[in-house]
Formats: sequence, structure tokens, C-alpha cells
Amino acid sequence: MDRYVCQICGYIYDPAAGDPDNGVAAGTKFEDVSDDWECPVCGASKEDFEKEA
Amino acid sequence: MKPVEISEKIYDVGVIDWNIRDFHGYSTELGTSYNAFLIMDEKVVLIDSVKKDFSDELLRNISRIVDPGKIDMVVSNHTEMDHSGGLPRVMHRIGEGKPVYCSAMGLKNLQKHFAHNLNYQPVKNGETLSIGKRTLTFLETKMLHWPDSMFTYLNEDKILFSSDAFGQHYAGCEAFDDQVDEHLIMLHAKKYFANILLLYAPLILKLVEKVVDMGLEIKMICPDHGILWRKNPNKIIEAYVRWSKQEPEKKAVIIYDTMWHSTQLMAEAIAEGIHEKGVYVKPMKLRDSHRSDVMTEVLDSKAVVVGSPTLNNGLFPTLADFLTYMKGLRPKNKIGAAFGSYGWSGEAVGLIHQQLEGMKFKMIDSGLKHQYVPDSQGLEMCREMGKKIGQAVLDS
Repeated sequence: MDRYVCQICGYIYDPAAGDPDNGVAAGTKFEDVSDDWECPVCGASKEDFEKEA
Repeated sequence: MKPVEISEKIYDVGVIDWNIRDFHGYSTELGTSYNAFLIMDEKVVLIDSVKKDFSDELLRNISRIVDPGKIDMVVSNHTEMDHSGGLPRVMHRIGEGKPVYCSAMGLKNLQKHFAHNLNYQPVKNGETLSIGKRTLTFLETKMLHWPDSMFTYLNEDKILFSSDAFGQHYAGCEAFDDQVDEHLIMLHAKKYFANILLLYAPLILKLVEKVVDMGLEIKMICPDHGILWRKNPNKIIEAYVRWSKQEPEKKAVIIYDTMWHSTQLMAEAIAEGIHEKGVYVKPMKLRDSHRSDVMTEVLDSKAVVVGSPTLNNGLFPTLADFLTYMKGLRPKNKIGAAFGSYGWSGEAVGLIHQQLEGMKFKMIDSGLKHQYVPDSQGLEMCREMGKKIGQAVLDS
């Protein structure tokens, strides 16, 4: 599963870990994360993320 | 300084740092201030603290209005130590059990700054708190400019306590925008934006939209540095929108360093060419101009022309410093060009070109190199390059 990087603050969304503090279970693919989810560090929206190179 | 009553029963109790000239690598030639605010309502509220070394001065300022022990609560809009460093000392004086309101990220970050745990009360975006006749509304402003940043809005007085946003590093006895030279203060607000906030420009645009949608009426903006905006708070908001959009002006900046003046000769000939096209241009030598002043010029320049001699098969060190700094601030919509003199290997121009391309600058050509001292033909080539840059700026 691909990791995605926040283009604003550099936070990396790792699907293996998810974002349990904000209701995203471990093992959730980035594509399956809800559209209104925000970067837990800086509040950027999902569209501000790019696939890790 | 004596506290200033900025609105009925609301005081600026902050301190002035007259002598600071280097603020974590940003040149503060006018000094700065760490503003903190005291609201005297049924509850007494302190908004923000100051840099650690100024804690006693803050407490003395508060004492001129009220016994600090009477403060009921503190709001920490931002964890950075120029606004939170005084917190442990202040809390020790006013009572360590008193609540400290902060954002959710503020809670995490304050705990990583101070070993002693305080009574942190994290608040959510939009949450309100009654302090008697008045109400505070907390607005999360993540990455403006740290993850913990928030604004506090005083509903009845329509005052926005905006933390670092809309600030300027300016030390002066004046408190308000209508008491100072407007051009000077806007220049320092611009410098602050260019050096601290530029990389978050997309978030700033979203945030301003959010505030407009909420229909918040703002009579006064109180940042944590410099003067307060009361004459026309919209002026600074509009400037932030303009700077965030990154639509540069038709001007150019030439950023260079030089060893035996050859790269300098090239820089000045390029400037002549740009000027011939009627485009404003400013050559800046990095050992004589501070990186933060150069970055201020970059903010609204369409063309960013960068020159370096080749030293030890690489870039001159001040260029490596500046290019790293500029890359981190992520300027957009620029035209770029590289130049430099060299002795025998000449790698610097290629390295600059590569780095500017990496920042998505639209490069004018592959760069201009000259071996040793440019002669009249060499200088003519520089003038031609300048004209090409000037024309590209005009066509943009």
C-alpha cells in the first residue's frame, strides 16, 4: 500500500498505521480515507497529499 | 513600557526587545516586541506570554493594572518560545492550577516544551468561552505558522488576537498603525510574510476564506509582534491575500556573491540589460544583504536571477545557504536564470540552474558562464541576457 506525503507540512500518511486518533483504522488505504479527513499535523485537505516518491 | 489600554479594559501588557538583531537567522534591524494582552472582565484573562528573559517585565507590566495573582486564566495562542517561554514563570506567580487554554496541538507541543505539567485546557475550533460580559472564540489556524497556532477572537469588542499572523518585527513606543509610518510598517509586515509564512500561502488563502465565510467583523487585529492594526485592519488582510496568491510584480532581483568582482561585474551588466527593458531590478550581494532582506525582494519579484563564482568545484557557500533557505519557503510563479564567473572548472552555474529548476522556476536558458574576468564582449553577453530576462518579465 502506498504512503502519501502532505505537501504542506511533510506528514506521511502510512496506511499500515492509519490515523486512529481521527477515526481512520490501521490498514486503511489512502484512497479509502474519507474526503473530509484532514492532515493531523497541519489541517491540510486530502487533495494536498501526493504519493510518496 | 507602560501598558496601553487598546480598548475599554483591555491592555497590551507586552514587552519591547529593542536590541535583538538576529531572530533565529532573520535580521531584525529595528528590534521587535512580544505582545501580550490583559482583558479585565468578571474573569481576568491573559492572552499569550513573552520570551523567557522578559517574564519579570511582563509581570511588572501586569502589576500596573492588576495584581497578577488575580488573573483567572491564560490563553496560549502559539507554543513558540517567544510567546510561551515566560509561561512557567508567569504561572508560578499567578497560580499553577489556573487553566491555560490552547489548541489540541498546543497541548501536545506545550508538554514537549515544559517539563512541569500545567493545567492545560485544549479547545476545539470555534469553541467559545464566557469571561463575564465578554466571550472569547477560539479559531484553529494550523500552520499559521506552527501546528499549534490559533487565534482568539473577542466577540463583543470585535478584536482578533492573531498570534504571529499579521505581525512585524518592529520595536517602538507606538502601539497602533495610525501612529507609525505606514510604508515602513507594511515593508516589515511583508518581510515577516516572506520569511515566515510564504510556504503556507495555500493554507492562508483557505483560512482567510473561512474567516470571511464566518462573517467575523474585525475592528482591530492584535498580532504578537509589532504594532496593532486598528485604522484599517482590512489593509493587512488584503495584503496577506495578495502575497498568498503569489502573483509577482513585473520586477527582478539578482542574487549573487563574488570573490574577485567578476561575478559582480556580470550581475551589474545583467541589471543594466533588465533596466534597459524598463523593468525594475535590484542586484543584491549576499555577503552584504541579509538572506531575510533578499527573501523579501524575492516575494514579489517575477524574475529571480542567481549568480555564483565556482569555489572548490561547487557553489560559493552563501549561495548554498540562500538556495536552501529559498527552496524551503517555496516561492511560486518565478522566471529563473543562472550566471557566474569561474577559473577552471565552472560547476556553480549548472548547480544553480538545477536547483532553480527543482523549485519549478521557468528557466530563461541554460545559464551564462564566463571564465575569469569578463571583457567587453563578455559584459555585452550579460546585458543581452538581462534584456532577455526583462522581456520575459514584460511578457509574463
